[in-house]
Amino acid sequence: MVPASEGASVKSEADVSAIELDRRAFRKKQSGRSVGISLISTVVLGVLVWLLVINTPGWALVQQTFFDPKIAAEFFPSILLGLWLNIQILFFAAIGVAIFATLIAVIRTLRGPIFFPLRFLAAAYTDLFRGMPLIIVLYLVGFGLPALGVFPRVAPEVWGTIALILTYSAYVAEVLRAGMEAVNPSQRLAARSLGLSHAQTLRLVVLPQGVRKVTPALVNDFVSMQKDVGLVSVLGAIDAVRAAQIAEADTFNFTPYIVAGLLFVAISWPLIRLTDWLSARQQRREQIGGTV
Amino acid sequence: MSGLRPRFARAATILGLTLVVASLAACSSTPSAATTPDSHGLTTVTPGKLTIATGQPAYSPWVIDNKPQNGEGFESAVAYAVAAKLGFPKKDVVWTRTTFDGAIAPGPKNFDFNLQQFTITDQRKKAVDFSSSYYTTSQALVTAKGSPAASITTLDGLKGIKIGVAEGTTTYTLLKKDVGGSNIQVFNSNDDAVLALKSGQIDALATDLPTAFYLADAEVKNGLVSGQFADTTGGDDFGILLAKDSPDTAKVTAAVDAIRADGELAAITKKWLSTSVDVPVFK
Repeated sequence: MVPASEGASVKSEADVSAIELDRRAFRKKQSGRSVGISLISTVVLGVLVWLLVINTPGWALVQQTFFDPKIAAEFFPSILLGLWLNIQILFFAAIGVAIFATLIAVIRTLRGPIFFPLRFLAAAYTDLFRGMPLIIVLYLVGFGLPALGVFPRVAPEVWGTIALILTYSAYVAEVLRAGMEAVNPSQRLAARSLGLSHAQTLRLVVLPQGVRKVTPALVNDFVSMQKDVGLVSVLGAIDAVRAAQIAEADTFNFTPYIVAGLLFVAISWPLIRLTDWLSARQQRREQIGGTV
Repeated sequence: MSGLRPRFARAATILGLTLVVASLAACSSTPSAATTPDSHGLTTVTPGKLTIATGQPAYSPWVIDNKPQNGEGFESAVAYAVAAKLGFPKKDVVWTRTTFDGAIAPGPKNFDFNLQQFTITDQRKKAVDFSSSYYTTSQALVTAKGSPAASITTLDGLKGIKIGVAEGTTTYTLLKKDVGGSNIQVFNSNDDAVLALKSGQIDALATDLPTAFYLADAEVKNGLVSGQFADTTGGDDFGILLAKDSPDTAKVTAAVDAIRADGELAAITKKWLSTSVDVPVFK
């Protein structure tokens, strides 16, 4: 659909009323002012940044300590190697969380008194692990479980992945449950009256709609997990953050942290953009013709 | 048109205010620490007091019971000896705590000098100042009797076991060079490495020799220092850390040299560090 104003501008000047010309002049002036104000505010921000950051007595030192290109280049390979471990852990943890969290969410939405113990356990689990700081879970799992002496020695990143799955499943299960509960009950009723079993209803009707409703929240949790993967280093694994830390201890320079930080941004960025695109598409579809 | 004027006036006011605030902020960010030397000829954080930093927690045998102010433990004793040479009696010494990162971060420091087994290296000297060395140590391996690591005497043998090391140390650099990479695990602290050793996640942990003796003695059940690493550079030199280009570096160095020259440092070392025991060197 072409907006009415564009259609009008095709007409010759003679057809346009004096009032419309007046309006156009006003709009032009307004947009000129907007451009002017945005220019001024940008310049003011630039001046403020210069005054507050660049023009400080310590800026040269900060630049040297946090943004040394030579050190960044020197330690980039080792940090990148560490990031590869992060990505591996993230891959397995994400799969684990998807499975385990769905299971918990489904258990929490089960109806019927016979499932009470399961529902209770699932609720207790989500309460406990959402409250427990990840780093403590890491210590308990990474140092506690091996001390039992019943497991063969496995790499610290494996214990770390288990701790991540335990913690993040609790969050994601709650997000998924919220999504499932937000699906209109009529969908469930309709599915059951079509002859679908409870399991089929869940799999074919409730879950697909529920997940769609909470996609942004799920991606938030994923990005958050991506960063928390770095905590696995407390168990001894050398990930990107630890590699940066080692480099920092070597040089007494903080640049490696910046390098690691930017690498994390780089791996999360495509996903963030993808979610934005997905939710925009979903909005277009769901609100078709309904925009006011 | 007249309706616009108050708005512009308001915008101008806001602009003016932000500029004033900004210039104030710029002024206040100039170093506020004392810049003139006090009666001791030192430029200290608190005039008349010497503020010394160590880690939190501070470990034996460097500081006993995590109480540096009791003067017990090697680094605590060294700190008081250096302070005395600088003209600060015990009552004028104030202790503070910093993390490893906090000690080396740029910007104003909350300590005059910092000692927590900082190894002096040329790379690190680009970021901070060091006094002359107050102790030189080699790196050693702590394990438990009966562990597969206990009987290993060669560097090649060490490649087959899991070794833990605390981050922020030069020990990791040495291990990586001598033993290789993939079997080394890096922990936040020696405490975590000991935990990993106890739970069987690693076979041995590497640290400096005095700490190794302490850990084998007090922390690890049936602990044992199984060997030390030969170092062509003669070991790690621990230095007192000061802010980069600190006006006090030369005086602190002179004080460390003075306690070394008059035998006090040797006496402190003898009292707190038991490194004279023979530990085999890995070949």
